[in-house]
Amino acid sequence: MLRKILLAALLAGLPVLTMAQTPEEKGLQIAQDADAYDQGFVDFTADMRMTLRNKKGDESVRQIRIRTLEVDGDGDKSLSIFDEPADVKGTAMLTWSHGLEPDDQWLYLPAIKRVKRISSRNKSGPFMGSEFAFEDLGSQELEKYSYKYLRDEPCGEYQCYVIERVPAYEFSGYTRQHVWLDKEAYRMIKVDFFDRKGEPLKTLNASGYRQFLDRYWRPARMEMVNHQNGKSTLLEWTDYRFQTGLGENDFRSQTLKRAR
Amino acid sequence: MRWSVFLAWGLLLIAPVASALEWSGNVALEARIYPQSAQFTGQQDDSLSLSLQPKLAHSWNQGTDQFAAELFLRADPENDNRQHADIRELKWLHVAGNDEWRVGIDSVFWGVTESQHLVDVINSIDRVEGIDGEDKLGQPMLHYTRLLDSGAIQAFVLPGFRQSEFNSEEGRLRLPLPVDADRAQFESSDEEQHVDLALRYTHFLGDTELGFSLFKGTSREPEYRTILVDSAPVLVPYYAQMTQFGLDLNSIVGDWIWKWELIHRDQSAGSFSATTAGFEYTFYAVNDSAIDMGSLLEYSYDSRPADQAGPFNNDLFGGLRFAFNDVQSTEVLAGAFVDVKNGSKSLRVEASRRVGDSWKLTGELQVFTAIDGEDALQAFERDDFLLVEMARYF
Repeated sequence: MLRKILLAALLAGLPVLTMAQTPEEKGLQIAQDADAYDQGFVDFTADMRMTLRNKKGDESVRQIRIRTLEVDGDGDKSLSIFDEPADVKGTAMLTWSHGLEPDDQWLYLPAIKRVKRISSRNKSGPFMGSEFAFEDLGSQELEKYSYKYLRDEPCGEYQCYVIERVPAYEFSGYTRQHVWLDKEAYRMIKVDFFDRKGEPLKTLNASGYRQFLDRYWRPARMEMVNHQNGKSTLLEWTDYRFQTGLGENDFRSQTLKRAR
Repeated sequence: MRWSVFLAWGLLLIAPVASALEWSGNVALEARIYPQSAQFTGQQDDSLSLSLQPKLAHSWNQGTDQFAAELFLRADPENDNRQHADIRELKWLHVAGNDEWRVGIDSVFWGVTESQHLVDVINSIDRVEGIDGEDKLGQPMLHYTRLLDSGAIQAFVLPGFRQSEFNSEEGRLRLPLPVDADRAQFESSDEEQHVDLALRYTHFLGDTELGFSLFKGTSREPEYRTILVDSAPVLVPYYAQMTQFGLDLNSIVGDWIWKWELIHRDQSAGSFSATTAGFEYTFYAVNDSAIDMGSLLEYSYDSRPADQAGPFNNDLFGGLRFAFNDVQSTEVLAGAFVDVKNGSKSLRVEASRRVGDSWKLTGELQVFTAIDGEDALQAFERDDFLLVEMARYF
């Protein structure tokens, strides 16, 4: 009898314990769950069309093929092969990302057939003149941020958690980010970026999510709007393929010049 | 020369038929302006020329088999010698697990430094196209690569030597006497048919990368001998046999990249060493803009007597590289060589910017100043030039 009462009291106490979870703990929990949800994809490839738009509405297009290899216990390896604009066709960039350590990064320059190791400590610079910084497109490892749960909120067709994440990386261009993750599958719906002075800088909206291998969700469109300079960049993703059989040898500086 | 032109046009004709092939390349109009009067009589002043660089690629078996061809053609109505064609690439690549085979004509880049490329000896330099050693003639080769856990071993068999072409007597940026390449002399009795061999081992240690290389065969760097032709002195290139050991090291420490190249070359006339060492330090987001500024400092030394050494025998190179990170990918590189001993200076500014989606405008300014009478750059003293190139990429 006493045991039953104790058990009942314990069970009754559980929700209380959950509510006692601090916003930081809950934020981390959500980030961990989101991270776990995307584990095990092994590799994927996709085509990315990047449209840069300035205040006047002038557009400029880049066409890039992306290949990513999941790495257990470290950041992912990724390869970007440029098809457009024509003057950079054949240029390839290889990145071995590492949580809080600077990434290893190499660039293949087809004009002089040279593979060059490049410094990657600064990730806040623009990628190809766009409104995406290198750190916005890099592998999203858990330890790159500290987290805090803010609130629940509807986000378009979904219900979202809103969490704040503060970059742990010393050379990040942001003081914090607000991230909307849908409660059902942890799809990243929206991100607000705040600059080094804490001012609102950019907003990213992702849409057109499709599921692959009955598990992994990827967006068809990601639009980044810069509130300070009025420019925007649209990423349109097509031809996602998962578990294509890519291996370590496809992500090495020694093989970068034959990446096609 | 003649066979390569024939092959080049032949490939151009065949190519459109094969629709599975992937085409790219560029066509460019280049203007060179030499503001100073020439040092030697008969040298031209300004020139306008057109170049075409088509590339063809095809891959099959999930990229484990690849075919690549790249041609270079230049038409320069005022300088016969700059009128040339070269097969930069015509090769088949086959990948099987950790083994890679490349057969055909190809270009290879070895090394890490920016101001000169001592270790890089597989390809002959296209001296007509540029003076920075980055334009190379396609080299016939059999090239095997074995990928290792953290590096690679490469072996090269190089049948046939590609002779550099030289600017003609009327051209600027030429040697003090006309060069008669048709009378070139070779140490080996096999002459241009000598089969050269090379090995390279690269090792990855995280932030540091190391390369060791060995080359045995015909030197790509000509020596010059003066002979009399119709009682007029001319230079003939002499190509010695050499064994060269090379070391290159690249190390990243925060925003610093440290670079070092060292060679030791044995020839029958003796042996020497040469080195280039320095760093690149990058300042990111200068003044909160998107501009990154890299600063470069490299020192080069060559142990040969000054009259036999290359132009950078005891020289300091300092440079600034600006990447604007804008939509047009604007880049500027400004650099200067200063001979520590004799004070000769060579300054160079290169800038490029995309125009629209498929055009690129490039400018290059080269200035030679305070050139010492004994310096290897003496013949270029009055050949300061401004180059403007507009290229259309396809």
